[in-house]
Amino acid sequence: MLREVSAVFIGSYTLMLIVGLLRLSQGPAAYESFLNAVQSTAGVTLSLISFIFALYHSVTWFGVTPKAMPLRMGGKAVPPAIIVGAHWLVWAIASLLILLWVGV
Amino acid sequence: MRQAFRQLEVLRYDPDTDSAPHFQTYEVPCQDDWVVLDAINYVKENLDRTLSYRWSCHMAVCGSCGLVVNGESVLACHAFLRDYPEKIRVEPLGNFPIERDLVVMIDDFVEKLRTVKPYIVSKKERAIEFGETLQSPEKLAAYKQYADCINCLLCYSACPQYGLNDNFVGPAALALAHRYNLDSRDVGRSARADVVASNPGIWECSFVGACSEVCPKNVDPAASIQQMKIAITADYFMRLLMPWRKP
Repeated sequence: MLREVSAVFIGSYTLMLIVGLLRLSQGPAAYESFLNAVQSTAGVTLSLISFIFALYHSVTWFGVTPKAMPLRMGGKAVPPAIIVGAHWLVWAIASLLILLWVGV
Repeated sequence: MRQAFRQLEVLRYDPDTDSAPHFQTYEVPCQDDWVVLDAINYVKENLDRTLSYRWSCHMAVCGSCGLVVNGESVLACHAFLRDYPEKIRVEPLGNFPIERDLVVMIDDFVEKLRTVKPYIVSKKERAIEFGETLQSPEKLAAYKQYADCINCLLCYSACPQYGLNDNFVGPAALALAHRYNLDSRDVGRSARADVVASNPGIWECSFVGACSEVCPKNVDPAASIQQMKIAITADYFMRLLMPWRKP
């Protein structure tokens, strides 16, 4: 049930991002105060909790992919570890491409 | 054989006399190899003949004795007392209306099972004289685990989505739909899609996975539902991109 609870924090984080966009559109002063709020102790704590929940969600979600897509090759079931590993591999490649694209 | 007293706190409800369910505690002398069902049977035989509950095989194959014991959905014949503390709280299956004491009304499930067409839909009806349809072990392996469902309804008791919305077709009915969809002798996938692919069908499921955790036969209904989500989505795009293709 913990994975379901993560939706609350991911939702609140998304809301925060939307508010950030709104503040950005309202000029430098508004955006400055938004940044201060996010960088406050409470803001950082909430972001950290949201990050932990997002991580928990991703790890457990990838973990159950073998149940959603049981593959058979050569008459035998593909080991679940390979299916989970493939998801992490695609995640790593996609992350790398995005990071390169944004110029990291 | 060691014997020790345990406290069984059992939900009681008589629709003729009670306004609401309430708990009644019994002191039961239990053997250390007993299951919860043995303790309940002792209560019925020696302490309180008015207690109502379902059971049959006492070996986890009939699916009759589903209960909630200390908050967990289990088969009473499969829940060993050695795994529980001295005080044991026994309630009827969750998410179903209580008929009396530990007996629930499962009509909702039976109706839903009927709507998923839990039988082989053949391409052509074959007369008996033509003999059996042959199926290789590999083809059997494709659906066998989903055929193991004993309709015990622990999955419905554990499913939070069914708890929130009892329009949800539910884990067992969907797992059985999947069992027939995967069967090589069956062509009924599109016939079942009306119910299976609807909003209260597979799409109500958010993959909490509680159903598979409590299933006593390792049917893994959660997996069956996610597999159907993928299959039905693929079907949808195939119809969109290749409308001439027969389903």
